[in-house]
Amino acid sequence: MQANLKVRRFNPGEPGAQPRFQEYSIDVHPDSTILDALIQVREEVDGTLALRCSCRASICGSCGMRVNGRARLVCKTRVEHLAPNGEQLTIEPMGNQRVVKDLVVSLDTFFNQIKRITPYMQPDKEPEHGEFIASNESMTNLLTAMNCIMCGCCVSDCTVLEVDPNFIGPAALAKAWRFTEDPRDSKRNERLNALNNEAGGIWDCTRCMQCVEVCPKEVAPMERIMEMRDAAIEAGNTNTSGYRHTESMYNSVKKHGRLDETRLAIDSAGWTNVPRMLDLAPIGFKALLRGKMPPILPHKAEDKQKIKDIYEKVEGERK
Amino acid sequence: MYEHDLLIIGAGLAGLRAAVEGTRNGLKTAVITKVHPVRSHSNAAQGGINAPLTDRGDEWEGHALDTIKGSDYLADQDAVEIMSSEAGEAVLEMERMGVIFSRGDDGRLGTRRFGGQKVARTYFVGAITGSAMLHVLYEQALKHGLQVYEEWFVTSLIKEEGAVRGVIALDLKTGELHAIRAKAVVMAAGGAGRVFEPSTNALICTGDGLALAWRAGAPLMDMEMIQYHPTTLARTGILLSEAARGEGAYLLNSEGKRFMEKYAPDYMELASRDVVSRAEQTEIDEGRGIDGNVLLDLRHLGRDFIEQRLGYLQEVAVEFLGIDLAEQPVPIRPGMHYIMGGIKTNANGETEVPGLYAAGECANVSVHGANRLGANSLLDTIVFGRRAAVKSVEYVKTVGESGSNAEQYLKDEKKRLQDLLDREPGHRTAVIRNEMAANMTKGIGVYRDQNSMEMADAMVDEMRKKYDSGIYVQDKGKTFNTDLMSALELDFMLDCARSVVSGALMRKESRGAHFRTDMPDRDDANWLKHTLVYKAEEGVRTETLDVVITQWQPVKRVY
Repeated sequence: MQANLKVRRFNPGEPGAQPRFQEYSIDVHPDSTILDALIQVREEVDGTLALRCSCRASICGSCGMRVNGRARLVCKTRVEHLAPNGEQLTIEPMGNQRVVKDLVVSLDTFFNQIKRITPYMQPDKEPEHGEFIASNESMTNLLTAMNCIMCGCCVSDCTVLEVDPNFIGPAALAKAWRFTEDPRDSKRNERLNALNNEAGGIWDCTRCMQCVEVCPKEVAPMERIMEMRDAAIEAGNTNTSGYRHTESMYNSVKKHGRLDETRLAIDSAGWTNVPRMLDLAPIGFKALLRGKMPPILPHKAEDKQKIKDIYEKVEGERK
Repeated sequence: MYEHDLLIIGAGLAGLRAAVEGTRNGLKTAVITKVHPVRSHSNAAQGGINAPLTDRGDEWEGHALDTIKGSDYLADQDAVEIMSSEAGEAVLEMERMGVIFSRGDDGRLGTRRFGGQKVARTYFVGAITGSAMLHVLYEQALKHGLQVYEEWFVTSLIKEEGAVRGVIALDLKTGELHAIRAKAVVMAAGGAGRVFEPSTNALICTGDGLALAWRAGAPLMDMEMIQYHPTTLARTGILLSEAARGEGAYLLNSEGKRFMEKYAPDYMELASRDVVSRAEQTEIDEGRGIDGNVLLDLRHLGRDFIEQRLGYLQEVAVEFLGIDLAEQPVPIRPGMHYIMGGIKTNANGETEVPGLYAAGECANVSVHGANRLGANSLLDTIVFGRRAAVKSVEYVKTVGESGSNAEQYLKDEKKRLQDLLDREPGHRTAVIRNEMAANMTKGIGVYRDQNSMEMADAMVDEMRKKYDSGIYVQDKGKTFNTDLMSALELDFMLDCARSVVSGALMRKESRGAHFRTDMPDRDDANWLKHTLVYKAEEGVRTETLDVVITQWQPVKRVY
């Protein structure tokens, strides 16, 4: 079958070089993956095309790149699935990471994020002989995160990293969860405190789900981040805007059946947080001028009793 | 100029384990690797790691004997004794570093069965054991602040006064060549699977370390011992772990029969890999295969079990063949998987060249002999990775300052690479590599004979000539020039192919993975010997070396 590829080429090492697209049309085996096709291009057509690849079996994590705008492991993506009728496939390097050449991005972004979470086990006391005793369930539970192959797809498509490069990022946070949930690690609270308080930590995720969508190994980083939020709150970390935001939203909907946006903003900042209030004032003023200011006293939803019932039911179940 | 006490080439399990030992001992240690450490091929080890844990009733002698029998009595028994007796502590240490091994109900490490052994002594993390161990060793490297030259490709070794004193390496990101001096070098650069096609091995497994050491004067030992894994996926050759059979999967022929009854009535599907691969090949050759494959059947294990204990296998079968293992048997065949042969070392990782140590798949200690047991390769990496570092730590202390000739090496190497880039259009790397690799599988396959090996011999010479006279690198750029790197890798692969074929032609018997249809019997009277291939001025020089037998006399090998 025919594979039609449109590949983003860019070599920042060349003076004056600009990104451009180059098209390749090749005949491939019907079972071919996009990686097979790219290798075929490199070996038979154009030896200057740069990409990383190694295992061809979705375990080494080398070949993350964007196909038609979405990060994928190309060794795991068949041409036929995305382009059954020879549709053109647009291949680009992963996002949120600097391009080294063509489809190769710098690994520094990814691994610098990993380094921020103290990425090794910190046991209190190692057994002198033998192993740590731990339940099989607790170890199997960690498999989700241990399945991470550090391919960088989640970092590529993370919408927070797009606007805030200081975010620790989905993969590193999933790895952090791997340690907070490991019964052998002794620094659970310290880890949760740090991830809770640090700028770029667990409260900076916007729950857009992109990382869950693109992860080729079902690590579901966002779900790990949400679990850490719950764990951080349970461990008593309530003095953060993230927690206050959650709590305010919860209470507002419970009370009025809908969101009190003004209160949410103030609650999140904290009522005694003068600098943040001063930040908020011009935003409120602008909103007022444009007629977008939410009402000071919130409207109440008509069927708020139904919402209250839901709350009671869920809260009852939790107890 | 970069300077280190200890420089380790390769950042897989053997390399990282050696590096952790080097840093723990206070040496100025660095690792140099052509891919990021977590991309190393140790990742691909799925099923587990063997260890006889003596504190729970197992005996290391039992594991040693299984290993030796598996090796068809070609393993050096003194080395196997060391591996088996150190295995328990080595695995437990990995657990204490953070590996999330599967557990039993008592919260202690749990096991599964693996081939060639009656005792269940294989410790595992789902079907991602290698990956889980590699990631933990990388965590330890981060913890110890290990210096890593990431995506640096070693092109040659520096020798001074007969000893290895560093490397010349290409920084892929910049395209610049550098000299890195070191008092000792540990070669842990992995196997040479890509010399064959198909192969389960990653594209990076191009035998760089084997060839570098060989060029520096170290002999390669038992290179004819190529392991064909019994269960590789149809067409793509991707590995399906032995763990499937360890957990109870069947092998079926086209008649739906468990054909292993005929070949290994006692061990059935869990006979040694060479035995199972030959049985499959015979079934296929005699017309009881299905399009060149036989079937691996996991259906009776049930969906939940498959997804929890063998999740990665299910992922691979679904992604690459569209087969749900809980519903359908999967077509598989023997595929090139591992090279038992390698740089000759003793149990301390010492090669015949001073200053050069080796560990992992590129080394041959020899503990695997003529056939490696499944789940013994991970064990090999961590036991001998550590031991090579321990010995090199001692050695480094004895190395004084000497006049450096690294600059000269660097100049020569720059010229060599520039000459390669300046060549007129000729043969692209892939053309030579594909011809070599396909013919290596034909000539040095599951079954081989004098004719097939002579074909391979002539072919390797021809490919070498073709390479030397006409290899052509199309990419002339500096940044991430993978075209240039592939050409240099092929140069290494051709050296590996040469040593494999020379070793194969030497051995006039059948033993383990080296099965000659024209000489089907094992010949202990003449061939309880290792084959050694040295690089000579012209071609190769060969020798043999007696196998070390301690307490287990060779007997007939029946499964």
